Amino acid sequence: MPTRASDLLTLTREGLYCPLGGFHVDPTWPVERALITHGHADHARAGHGHVLATPETLRIMAVRYGEDFCRQRQEARLGEALRVGDVTVRYAPAGHVLGSAQIAIERDGVRVVVSGDYKRAPDPTCLPFEVVPCDVFITEATFGLPVFTHPDTRDEVRKLMASVALFPERAHIVGAYALGKAQRVMALLREEGWDRPIHLHGAMEKLTELYKREGIPLGDTPKVVAADRKDLHGAIVICPPSAMQDLWSRKFPDPVTCFASGWMRVRARARQKGVELPLVISDHSDWPDLCRTIRDTGAGEVWVTHGQEDALVHWCGTQGIKAKPLHLLGYGDDGEAEPAPADAAEPEVAA
Amino acid sequence: MNDFAHLLDRLAYEPRRNAKLRMLQDFFSRTPDPERGYALGAMTGTLNFREAKPALIRGLVEERIDPVLFRLSHNYVGDLAETTALIWPSTPLPPPSAGDGGPRRRAGEGQRDDAGHEARRDSSGTVVPLSRPGLSSPAEGGGNAHAGLGHNNPPPPSLAEVVETLSTIPKRELPRHLAEWLDALDETGRWALLKLVTGNLRVGVSARLAKTAVGALGGHEADAVEEVWHGLTPPFETLFAWVEGRAERPETLNPAPFRPPMLSHPIEEEADLEKLEAGAFSAEWKWDGIRVQLVGGRDRAGVQVAKVYSRTGEDITGAFPDLAEAITFTGTLDGELLILRERRVQSFNVLQQRLNRKAVTGKLLEEFPAHVRAYDLLTLDGDDLRAEPFEARRAQLEALVTRLDHARIDISPVVPFADWEALTAARADPASVGAGEDADAIEGVMLKRRNSPYLPGRPKGPWWKWKREPHIVDAVMMYAQRGHGKRSSFYSDYTFGVWRQAPEGGDELVPVGKAYHGFTDAELAKLDRYVRNNTTKRFGPVREVTHGHEAGLVLEIAFEGVQRSTRHKSGVAMRFPRVSRIRWDKPSAEADRIDVLERILARGEREIASGATLTETDA
Repeated sequence: MPTRASDLLTLTREGLYCPLGGFHVDPTWPVERALITHGHADHARAGHGHVLATPETLRIMAVRYGEDFCRQRQEARLGEALRVGDVTVRYAPAGHVLGSAQIAIERDGVRVVVSGDYKRAPDPTCLPFEVVPCDVFITEATFGLPVFTHPDTRDEVRKLMASVALFPERAHIVGAYALGKAQRVMALLREEGWDRPIHLHGAMEKLTELYKREGIPLGDTPKVVAADRKDLHGAIVICPPSAMQDLWSRKFPDPVTCFASGWMRVRARARQKGVELPLVISDHSDWPDLCRTIRDTGAGEVWVTHGQEDALVHWCGTQGIKAKPLHLLGYGDDGEAEPAPADAAEPEVAA
Repeated sequence: MNDFAHLLDRLAYEPRRNAKLRMLQDFFSRTPDPERGYALGAMTGTLNFREAKPALIRGLVEERIDPVLFRLSHNYVGDLAETTALIWPSTPLPPPSAGDGGPRRRAGEGQRDDAGHEARRDSSGTVVPLSRPGLSSPAEGGGNAHAGLGHNNPPPPSLAEVVETLSTIPKRELPRHLAEWLDALDETGRWALLKLVTGNLRVGVSARLAKTAVGALGGHEADAVEEVWHGLTPPFETLFAWVEGRAERPETLNPAPFRPPMLSHPIEEEADLEKLEAGAFSAEWKWDGIRVQLVGGRDRAGVQVAKVYSRTGEDITGAFPDLAEAITFTGTLDGELLILRERRVQSFNVLQQRLNRKAVTGKLLEEFPAHVRAYDLLTLDGDDLRAEPFEARRAQLEALVTRLDHARIDISPVVPFADWEALTAARADPASVGAGEDADAIEGVMLKRRNSPYLPGRPKGPWWKWKREPHIVDAVMMYAQRGHGKRSSFYSDYTFGVWRQAPEGGDELVPVGKAYHGFTDAELAKLDRYVRNNTTKRFGPVREVTHGHEAGLVLEIAFEGVQRSTRHKSGVAMRFPRVSRIRWDKPSAEADRIDVLERILARGEREIASGATLTETDA
C-alpha cells in the first residue's frame, strides 16, 4: 500500500507525531523522541528523552534549560538525510531565528514538511528560508490576515534612530523577545550605523553572548547596571517585553517605550500595550509571504497549525489547494510573554 | 503627505505635551510651504472640503480584496480606515486580462529576495501584491509578475494636492482620486488620508499646541499667533513668513478678531493671602460658566460683524445666535457665559444642556437663554485698552454695559471687602454679601490687582482665583489602570466606588468616578505598590483591586459637582474628581454611600425641574 501523508504525520495530545518514525515534532509535553524546529520555549521544551535538532538549537536549549535538558541529544546537519525509524528526515533553514529549521519527513516519494515558525524577510542573524518542494506543507499563520504586510525593517530601525536624534536626552527602551528578535534588532542597528553601545536587560545577556559565540557580530552590548539607569540619556536599551512596564524601566531618564513586534502593525495593539514608538519588526512571515511560500512549495495540501487559520485556509481554497486547520494548542507565546492571566482577552504572542 | 502622516502617527502615540511640541516644531521647520500650512490647517480644523462616507471607502476596498478576507481583517483590526490602509494593495490594479505568473513581490519593498539577501527592488513595479485573491484570474488576483512592467507608480500626493483637489472636484470624481492616492501612499499615508477625508482626524494635538509650535519657530508666544490667527486661512503662508522673520506681521482683515484672554493662578491656601495686600485688589464672584469673548466690529462695507469666541479662540458664534444679536458695539468684551432664567443664574448642570448641541433650535434658545456676565473690556471703538489699569477698564466697561442696556449682557458685580477676613467670610457664604439666589452658581472669588494691565496668558501675580471648598466623599478603590508617559509603569488612574443597596439585597460598591491626580510622587509609588499587591483580576491594562466590606483602600475624593450620567452604572458622574487624601486608616465599610452624591445632584437639579420640591441636605 502506498504511503499516505497521514502515515507520516498525525495529531496527538502532545502535538504532531510521526507513526512510522516514532517521533514527535515540537511536542508540548515531554516525550521519548522529539524533533525540534527551533529554540523558542513553546516549541523546544525540556524533559524529552531523545532530542534531534540543529547544533545551534541544541546549544540554545542548553543555555535556557541547562546541559541536562534531555537524556540524549543528536545534531541534525542542514541538508543531511537521516534515517529515523522507517522514514527519512532532513532539516532545512527556516529563517526564523538562529538555528531554526523546517523538517522534511519522507518515505516512498511522499514528503511532508513541518515548517515550524518561518519568515522570508532577510535577517542578519540566521540563515535564509529555503523552499523545500513537498506534497503536504505544514505552516504557521501567526500573521495570517492580509492586513499584515511587514514593512522594510531598515525603515523601522531608522525610525528608532530618528527618535533618538529628536529626543537625545531620553532613554529609548525597546521591548523585544530575548531569543532572536533582540539580537536581530541589535544587528539591524549595527547595519544602519549605530555604533554606540546597545544596553541590555539582564535577561538578554546569556542568549546574546551565545549569538556572539556563534559568530554574529553585535558590537558592544553592556548589561544595564541598576545604579546607572538614570544616566542613560539617549541610550538604546533592549529588554524583554515583560520588563517594559515593570518597575525596572522607571529609573531611566524620561523613557520612550518602544516595542519590536509584528503586532505593532495594528494601532490598537500598540496602544493597548502603552507603546509610544511601535517598531514593526517580525520574525514570522507576513500574509504575502505565507501565500507565496505555500505556492512555492507546490504542495497540494496545507495544514495550518497556529495563528489566524481561517483566513489562510480560505485563501488556499480560492487557489484550489486543499487545506485544514490543525488547531494546535500551546504554540504562539514563544515562552517569553508576560504570563497571561486567566481572564485576559488574548494570550500574548511573540512575533 | 507621507511625511505629514508619519508625524500624525507619532503624535498619536505620544502622551507628553513637550514631546509633541518638539515633533511639531521639527515638522514645521523642515517642511516647505504650502505643505506645512495645510498640515496646520488639518490640525486646527480649519480645512474645508468634501468629506468621504465610509460606504465609499468600503466600496473601493471590495473592488480589490476578497470580501471574506476583508471581513475577517476588519473584525480583527476594528477600524475601517486602518483596515483599509493596511489591506490596500500597494500597486494599482493590473489589467484584468493579466495572467498568472512567477513569484510575486510588492513594489518598493526590498528584502524579498528568495535567497534572503538584501535586495531593495528598483521601481520596476513588477510586483503584484498577494493580498488580492479571489479576483477574476485564477491566481492571487490576476497579476503576472511582468504584467506591470513599465508601469511607474505616480509619486505620492502632497497634502496640498489632496486638500486643493478635494475642495474643487465634483463629488463623482472623488472615488477615482481617492483610489489613485491610496495606490501611491504608504500604509501610514493611507491611514492619515482616510482619517482626513472622513473627517476623523483626531491626533491628540490641540489647536493651541499647534499654534504654540508655529510661534516657537520665531520665538513668538502662542498668544502672538492667536492675535493674527483669525484673519488667516490655510495654507497660512503669511503666518510662517512672519514667524520666520521674512515678512511683516500679517494684518488681520477680520473686523472682529479674537484676542487671547488673561488667566489667573489659584490661591491654594489661605496662607497665600497673607503675602498679598488686600487694598491693592478688587474682588468679584467666580461664576461657574464658560469663559467667552464677545467681539463686534464693522467690515469694510460698514456692516456689523459679531463674534463669540471660546477661551481657546474657537469661533462659537453659530451656537449662540442669541448672544451674537446683543453684540451691537465695536469692541472686545471678556466675560462668563451663563444661563439665566428669570434673572437667576442657573447651575453648570443647566448650562451643559445648552453646550455641545449640534442643532440650535428655537426651543433650545427659549429653554436655555444665554447671557454674558461681563468682567473686562479689551478694546472699544478702535482703542486698545489692554495696557490701561484694571480700574480704568472697569469704568469703561460699566459705562458700556449701561449704555447697551441689553437683557443678555450684565456686569459682574464687585464684591466689597475690607480685609482678607471679610473676603474669606464672603467666599464661604456668598449669599450673605449680596449674591442672593445666584449663590449656587458661584464657585469662589476672583481677585484682580487694581492697577494691572490686561496681559494675555497666565501671568503670575495680577489675577488670582480662590475657589470654594470642594465637595468631599470617601470612596473605595475598585480598579486601577496604568497611566501614560512618565507614569506608564505606574498604576495611577483609579476607579473608585461608593456603597449602595444591591438589587439582590445587602450592600455593594458601585463605581462613581475615576481620578488620576491629587497625590504626590511618593504617594503614587505607595498606591502603585498597593495595587500590585492587592490585585484580584486583570483585564488587559486594568487591574481589579480588593474591594469589599472586609478589605479595600479608602480614597478621599474632592470634586466640584455631580451630574446625571447614563454612561455610568451608578447614574451619576462627578466633575473634576481628584484624590484629596489617602485614607490608609479608614475601614472600607465606613466609606460613603451613594446618597451623599444623590443629595448634591438633587440640589443642582432643582433648577432643571423647576417647581419640583426636593429634600435637601448639604453634604
